[in-house]
Amino acid sequence: MKKEILEILEDNARATPAEIAILLGASEEEVSKEIEVLEESGVIRKYMTMIKWDKVDDGYVYAMLELKVSLQRDKGYDAIAERISRFSEIQSVRLISGDHDISATVRGRSMKEVAFFVTDKISTLDGVESTCTHFVLKSYKEHGVILYDKAKPKRLVITA
Amino acid sequence: MNGGKSKHKKKLVMKELPVLQSESHLSTTVRGLPPSGIRKFFDIVVGIEDVISLGVGEPDFVTPWHISEACIYSLEHGQTSYTSNKGLLELRDALSNSVKEDMDLDYNPDEEMLITTGVSEAVDLAFRAILNRGDEVIVHQPCYVAYVPDIILAGGVPRIVETKLSDEFKLRPEDLAAAITGDVKALLLSYPNNPTGAVMSREDLEELADIVVENDLLVISDEVYHKLTYNGKHTSFAQLEGMKDRTIVLNGFSKSCAMTGWRVGYALGHSDFIGAMTKVHQYTMLCAPTMAQVAAVEALSRGDDDVENMKREYDRRRRLFVTELRRLGLPCFEPQGAFYTFPSIEGTGLSSEEFAEKLLNDQKVAAVPGNAFGACGEGFLRCSYATSREELMEAVDRIERFLDSL
Repeated sequence: MKKEILEILEDNARATPAEIAILLGASEEEVSKEIEVLEESGVIRKYMTMIKWDKVDDGYVYAMLELKVSLQRDKGYDAIAERISRFSEIQSVRLISGDHDISATVRGRSMKEVAFFVTDKISTLDGVESTCTHFVLKSYKEHGVILYDKAKPKRLVITA
Repeated sequence: MNGGKSKHKKKLVMKELPVLQSESHLSTTVRGLPPSGIRKFFDIVVGIEDVISLGVGEPDFVTPWHISEACIYSLEHGQTSYTSNKGLLELRDALSNSVKEDMDLDYNPDEEMLITTGVSEAVDLAFRAILNRGDEVIVHQPCYVAYVPDIILAGGVPRIVETKLSDEFKLRPEDLAAAITGDVKALLLSYPNNPTGAVMSREDLEELADIVVENDLLVISDEVYHKLTYNGKHTSFAQLEGMKDRTIVLNGFSKSCAMTGWRVGYALGHSDFIGAMTKVHQYTMLCAPTMAQVAAVEALSRGDDDVENMKREYDRRRRLFVTELRRLGLPCFEPQGAFYTFPSIEGTGLSSEEFAEKLLNDQKVAAVPGNAFGACGEGFLRCSYATSREELMEAVDRIERFLDSL
């Protein structure tokens, strides 16, 4: 049941224990209790809302950063990755395989703001050997949700 | 250029032609077929806007993209010719493996398997392959609308056995036994059932097997909802001891893989039956659409997760919808398979058709009157939950308003 509760909440953070209980054929108490355990144990980190900001105002500018960093003795990549994570402009930080070591996303109000943030704060960090900044031009899908408008396929109203 | 001759043009004498008596040119069998109760209702629905539909016998999911993409790729590479009458060997091989895994039965891809244009074609082929004029087929109702007409078109005679809510819409052995006459050749089984959502467990089926053997019957088993079984695993009649050769299993991809429009299904059975069905198939359909068969290969090879995910979502909707219908005071059998609920509306004093029509006109919710699936479906309504949870809840609100207004 734990996994099913998580799937439902991942899809809809507003699903109430009562609603989830009906969907899973369980009691509301069971579900509430399970959710509490999941929250306390840190499996559930946060309940969030997905927002299309560019419909509200000018929206945000996003960039993906690819960083090469030097490994630190005893600490590996953790120290530098954690240091980068602390900036509120940084949305995600991931250790990756391949040509680069760390991939991060930055969010800012303008390209200039993002560019200066990278050159001032990230490139200058001890241990960062190189950065490569890719500005996001358009987002088609985020968190499993398709963002472009698509017509709903039509079904007949009545079929056998 | 012949302008000068125009004055010599012969005056056309209109000969009175006899008016075409189209009725007398129609087959008496076809003329005698009752129109589908669903069709009748469909005609009423057309033209009404903003309808929430619980009337649909197909998934609301779109075919998983990797399946569609496999088809597109095959088209780009020019895979557009006929396939063998029996169907793509690649598909029959994949099917043979999947059936082995699913049912633990061995069907030889060469002789015991036929790929058809949807299960609908397979139903038709099965009846045409086995029936002589006057042969009887036992059909349990409420059931899918095509069996009875298909039997009649094949020259057979349907013998209806009614199943009841109090029996969870299962076919009871005593009712089957009572329906047997010297002319009964076959039993049509359709579980998980459209429209009731009923299933038959292995034990339930075993009770029928003795009667089937005693009376030397064939079983034609439409199992198109087999992967949408919510408590426990589906058992096919062919899996019962000694029943494999007596059973023609009909199945397809439409419901479990959200592939209704692709029209691809299959039949499994003894080589004599499959051979006979293939004969009819090759002279009528020739082969199932090639691109749909390619998609079916992809569905079999890499579609299991999709099926599981869709099933899980149907299961949740099932619980939600049954809970809500019962809250509204409509007695509702808890469906164990497919994606239909079959609530009783008898308590409202309305007939199924009156209820469905009024509900549509007053609240714009479309559901199918139960009697479209046989006379014993009177007093019920088929509501499909193959629609989003938001729409289901909106439908519940509207049904509640409707019931309050009665």
